[in-house]
Amino acid sequence: MTQLKSKGISLENLKVNFEEVHDGLNAQEAMEESNRCLYCYDAPCIQACPTGIDIPKFIKKIASGNLKGSATTIMSSNPVGATCARVCPTEELCEGACVLNHSTEPILIGDLQRFATDWAIKNEQLLFKPGKKNGKKVAVVGGGPAGLSAARELARFGYDVTIFEAEAEAGGLDTYGIVSFRLPQDISRWEVDQVEKLDVEIRTNTRVGTDVSFEELTNNYDSIVLTIGMGNVPMLGIEGEDLDGVHDAIEFVKSTKSGPITDELLGKNVVVVGAGNTAIDAATCAARKGADDVKIVYRRTRNEMTAYEFEYDFAKQDDVEFNWLTQPIEIIGNESGKVTHLKCVKMALGEPDGDGRRRPSPVENSEFVMEVDAVIKAIGQSRYTDLIEGFGLDHEGGVVTVDPETLQTSNPKVFSAGDVIFAKGQGEAMVVTAAQQGKEAAMAIHKQLAPEPTNAYKSFNKEEHTWLT
Amino acid sequence: MADLSLNLAGIKSPNPYWLASAPPTNSGYQVQRAFEAGWGGAVWKTLGEPILNVSSRFAAVGFNGKQVAGFNNIELITDRPLEVNLKEIYETKKRFPDHAIIASLMVEPTQEKWHEIVKRVEDVGVDGLELNFGCPHGMAERGMGAASGQVPELVEKQTMWAKEVAQTPVIVKLTPNITDITFTAEAAVNGGADAVSMINTINSLAGVDIDSWDTIPNVAGKGAHGGYCGPAVKPIALNMVAECARHPKINVPISGMGGVSSWREAVEFMLMGATGVQVCTAAMHHGFSIIDDMVEGLDNYLDEKGIDSVMDLVGKSVEKYSDWGNLDLNHQVVAQINNDVCINCNKCHIACEDTSHQCIDMLKDANGNDILKVREEDCVGCNLCSIVCPVDGAIDMVEYANGKPPMTWNERQAAIGAASSCDVNLIK
Repeated sequence: MTQLKSKGISLENLKVNFEEVHDGLNAQEAMEESNRCLYCYDAPCIQACPTGIDIPKFIKKIASGNLKGSATTIMSSNPVGATCARVCPTEELCEGACVLNHSTEPILIGDLQRFATDWAIKNEQLLFKPGKKNGKKVAVVGGGPAGLSAARELARFGYDVTIFEAEAEAGGLDTYGIVSFRLPQDISRWEVDQVEKLDVEIRTNTRVGTDVSFEELTNNYDSIVLTIGMGNVPMLGIEGEDLDGVHDAIEFVKSTKSGPITDELLGKNVVVVGAGNTAIDAATCAARKGADDVKIVYRRTRNEMTAYEFEYDFAKQDDVEFNWLTQPIEIIGNESGKVTHLKCVKMALGEPDGDGRRRPSPVENSEFVMEVDAVIKAIGQSRYTDLIEGFGLDHEGGVVTVDPETLQTSNPKVFSAGDVIFAKGQGEAMVVTAAQQGKEAAMAIHKQLAPEPTNAYKSFNKEEHTWLT
Repeated sequence: MADLSLNLAGIKSPNPYWLASAPPTNSGYQVQRAFEAGWGGAVWKTLGEPILNVSSRFAAVGFNGKQVAGFNNIELITDRPLEVNLKEIYETKKRFPDHAIIASLMVEPTQEKWHEIVKRVEDVGVDGLELNFGCPHGMAERGMGAASGQVPELVEKQTMWAKEVAQTPVIVKLTPNITDITFTAEAAVNGGADAVSMINTINSLAGVDIDSWDTIPNVAGKGAHGGYCGPAVKPIALNMVAECARHPKINVPISGMGGVSSWREAVEFMLMGATGVQVCTAAMHHGFSIIDDMVEGLDNYLDEKGIDSVMDLVGKSVEKYSDWGNLDLNHQVVAQINNDVCINCNKCHIACEDTSHQCIDMLKDANGNDILKVREEDCVGCNLCSIVCPVDGAIDMVEYANGKPPMTWNERQAAIGAASSCDVNLIK
């Protein structure tokens, strides 16, 4: 994938720091790159794409100037294909599988995918039509990538689909969680709009369990797709977490996506706790809000961090400092309740624990204190256990139990996809996986509810994950 | 360092590369720049009665995002007064006495006109003449260029008229817009030509703009056929050179052109019988400096092959070019895939499966890795897989010893004929 290059940080105009860093290909570059694609048969890039996009086909369509066809090929397999063009770890997926890795340089598949979907966005294309109504109703709980994907497919099959979305806008992490300089909100909004235009009703600001009851959903809908994702960052479990200046990384990033960029961190010292991709996002957002010094503290080492290598490189470009083998043990504040210091202890790695990573343990007498103005917690995400239990579904620690084939939960009427079924120790949850699971849940529902196989059902090519429409 | 100097029917040049008669040789300024850059000779843009040109003259055909796979023009012969051209030829020759300057000529098909122009250009010291019987557009509508070049009698007669007064070698430039170029080449020889040159451009329409529906190029919304050249025409030109070179009655040197873009094509044309080559499109695409690699690459090639003089290349492959009926029906090659080099794009498989003989299988090896394998017994040796393969060395076409003695179609037919007239009736 194209290496993300920071354009430097402006302290005068913080807003520009949140504009997309990567410019994408221009028409000439897209033409040259698309012509470099070999148009492999049974291409490994397709196999490597969790949503099975027919990559050689969409690239060939760019080369011929059929950009609408190209965007349709992409979005047909991946309802959030414009987002994935920007956020997929392509070097681990399609581009990593490109046969040209064995001869020259892999094709810039992500950038080409962005080129085609950007064209569709810019030219206000509507790529799909709703299917003929079959009279059945499905509720989708959570309008993130998995929910949008399920809703889009179900609408194409002819279902009456309603998305229940707790936030003011649908799109989930695509809208609120992925930093603007990687994924501008407009991209996610377009994807939401594409789904909405298939007669899908999106009820925003509607929290299931509060604004609408579980019974209402189970009684009024033929099927339910639970795609609620994950929640906020859990407590660190140390003193001082309630002090002013302690933030939740998810909320922190969200504030930079939806609100104006504020300058309260300008010139300040910030510490981010954790070393996953969300921690990197929080750290780079802090740096881009003008913080003078941004440190990541992580109790393990670089080898165990879950952040992608390109995320790590990107954070380094924003001058984020990584402090390995460092565990916060207390957040210290002043008399007015404002964070002033973070107390940490140095760690050492011992034997591997349950998920195979070496277990860290504190080094005696190694405590030290650093001056901080803000602490951002990014040690993972909590689970919406209450909601899951509200539906009476089996789960393991907030991870909904599903049939791996059908994504059906312990309630035959409820299917689930996305981060809510993403169990710990599987690496990083990806948007593209959520999108694929959404498709699979929709397919399983269709198999269950369709009175007889429809054309869409018959034309599903399981091997290639595509609809032969 | 090999001897790169050329001698074509007595016209000498320091290397075998001449700029063809075309826009690059329109003026003394340009030809002198070319000679400074290292070109061996130049065929001056065709002289004759100055014409009027149109605006918007060239168009090119790209392929897979690359510009100028083929090139199309509707420009006519020189639009500058003859006196100006003659003065510049004189000055250029004086400054570059060792470089070849050939005057390309086109006049109405009368004896007087030919006599007049030949005398006038020879007066300024050209090294040779090239009669333009090839220009396919514009001039042909006025009975000149390809219009005369398509009629063997006119080719012979006009060549004869030029030869009646010419003191320097006469080259006849032929049009490819004819069923069999050897007819007109032979006519030129019969008219006394000292050499022939080929090919001129091929009738062409570069394209149609799919938004405006105008032709490409177009002049105020109207188009007319042009002449096609550039890399895409090389195989057509090479065949015509080869057909003339192997023709027993065309026993004059051939100046080859059509898609020569580097020293490689120059070598190919010379092996197929050309005594030197002419170049235009490549220079128009990249400028005169390409001559540097053309000379150096050729020199290195000759050194590597242990060949002393570039003239030793001329015609070395001609005997290898024949009729289909003389090809060995029993010779067999098969594709072999080197899986250690193969990158598994599977292009060979799908090309064979969909469009050839269904003999490349996608398999797994003992370690579960994807491999491709040719079923040699079903392979007809068509080469398609090796053509579509994007990696050098991944597919070899190797000889398959089938134990059968060589047998051409002609030999087979002769044998059948002999057998059927035999006393012992073998056939029935």
